[in-house]
Amino acid sequence: MQKNLICIACPRGCYITVDLNDSGEVVSVTGNTCKRGDTYARTEMTNPTRSLTSTVKVEGGAHPVVPVKSAAPVPKGMLFECMKEINRATIKAPVKIGDKVIENILGTGVDIVATNNC
Amino acid sequence: MINYDLVVVGGGPAGMAAALKAEECGVKKIIILERAETLGGILEQCIHTGFGLQYFKEELSGPEYAGRFIELVNKSNIDVKTDTMVLNISKDNVVTAVNKDDGLLMFNAKAVVLAMGCRERPRGALPTLAGTRPSGIMTAGTAQKYVNIDGYMPGKKIVILGSGDIGLIMARRMTLEGAEVKMVCELMPYSGGLTRNIVQCLNDFDIPLYLSTTVIKTHGKERLEGVTIAKVDERFNVIEGTEQYVECDTLMLSVGLIPENELTTGVGIKMDPVTRGAYVSEMRETDHPGIFACGNVLQVHDLVDFVTLEAQIAGEGAAKYILDKASFDNAEYIEPVKGFGVRYIVPQKMNIKSEKDIELYFRVGAVYPNAKVVLEADGQVISSKKKIKLAPGEMESVTVPVSVLKTLTKDSNVTVRVEV
Ligand code: SF4
Repeated sequence: MQKNLICIACPRGCYITVDLNDSGEVVSVTGNTCKRGDTYARTEMTNPTRSLTSTVKVEGGAHPVVPVKSAAPVPKGMLFECMKEINRATIKAPVKIGDKVIENILGTGVDIVATNNC
Repeated sequence: MINYDLVVVGGGPAGMAAALKAEECGVKKIIILERAETLGGILEQCIHTGFGLQYFKEELSGPEYAGRFIELVNKSNIDVKTDTMVLNISKDNVVTAVNKDDGLLMFNAKAVVLAMGCRERPRGALPTLAGTRPSGIMTAGTAQKYVNIDGYMPGKKIVILGSGDIGLIMARRMTLEGAEVKMVCELMPYSGGLTRNIVQCLNDFDIPLYLSTTVIKTHGKERLEGVTIAKVDERFNVIEGTEQYVECDTLMLSVGLIPENELTTGVGIKMDPVTRGAYVSEMRETDHPGIFACGNVLQVHDLVDFVTLEAQIAGEGAAKYILDKASFDNAEYIEPVKGFGVRYIVPQKMNIKSEKDIELYFRVGAVYPNAKVVLEADGQVISSKKKIKLAPGEMESVTVPVSVLKTLTKDSNVTVRVEV
């Protein structure tokens, strides 16, 4: 079986073709310009992940919220659950870029970190 | 009157990179004038990641990308005035600005870099949008500021008109925050945004993208209650019978960006009607000596990484102008020619005496699958690059190497074209 994907690992957006055998294992990946495309295609077939960005409430900061991101991609299917956690959280100013806001969100092993000072 | 070697108008990614590069090239007295409270420009509200892959080889969010440059500016000897609005630039390069603390400020500059960025095309620019004027209609960028900086949701049921990147990013952002994004309508037969954003912002969340479709009417008195959408033909005329009512409380517009060039035109600088930015040389110098332009005020970019690179060119150019003005005297310019499929080229003119390769940035006017980008000089093919897809939404570039520049005369013809 063949699957067509568009790589989202960089703005180039390569068209990738993945060949799968009968048991759904990846046989080959073609169309990618670089290695990241290969990795993207293989993860996309087994456990698709996405990086998540949002905002978290801040007490006593220059703005009511501070932007955050997942320090690494999280499973795509968990995005909405992660959002619930993020929306429940509040942190106190001052916040610095890179500060851990939520540790190991929902047991994914991924931290949610601040992406601006506040 | 305060004397500066270089005055940079705008403290976004373009202004900061230009100022830093100029300092690195040996310019001593530099000031950045920024209208907002902080440096960083629009990146402050672009909290999604995807910035910096080219420049830092890392995927950063907007504030992180800006943060790296803000830190460098803070460590440098560059002066910064925020909350400061530039009112005018005179023909002899006097920059007039105003702020709360200093009142009126006049800077005498040896060189000026214009880095004012761009703004979103507002609703008023859509004359065909009929109906009432209720609340709930805003540009995608305004909505982005509400959510990402001010921390509140501008609506629950959303229709987005225009598939520019900000619109796509906001479709995902609003969905993740629990809103229902009903659809993105795009007037053109292709999307205006990056393909990766179609995939990760729309497809991931099953948000439909309707091409050749527009919003023709808004409904509701106090608050938006719905919109009427319709299909359009190749001439963008509404196809009768395709009208459809869509219930929504918010309409976001992502219908294009316009460089903010009031200051530029105020000086009388020559403009390119296609980019709506200044007409510049390969150093990004405008036709007004000593005034340079870079970033989204020059041409709307898809990627901030390219803004940074362009700003560094302008910063280096300005430094050269300040420190070694004589080197500009023996320049000999030709205009690269827009061949088939090419809508514009920046720079609009290039110095054939340049001692560096010249990168020509351009956009195509339509979608061309499996095409080639061909660079020709005096009838000879210099390079021919295969592209799986060329699209108006993605900026392309070709290099004119020094070795080729050396063979050119002022009557030479350098053409960039698409071969299908
Ligand atoms: S394959 Fe490589 S070049 Fe192509 S989109 Fe993916 S990361 Fe970018």
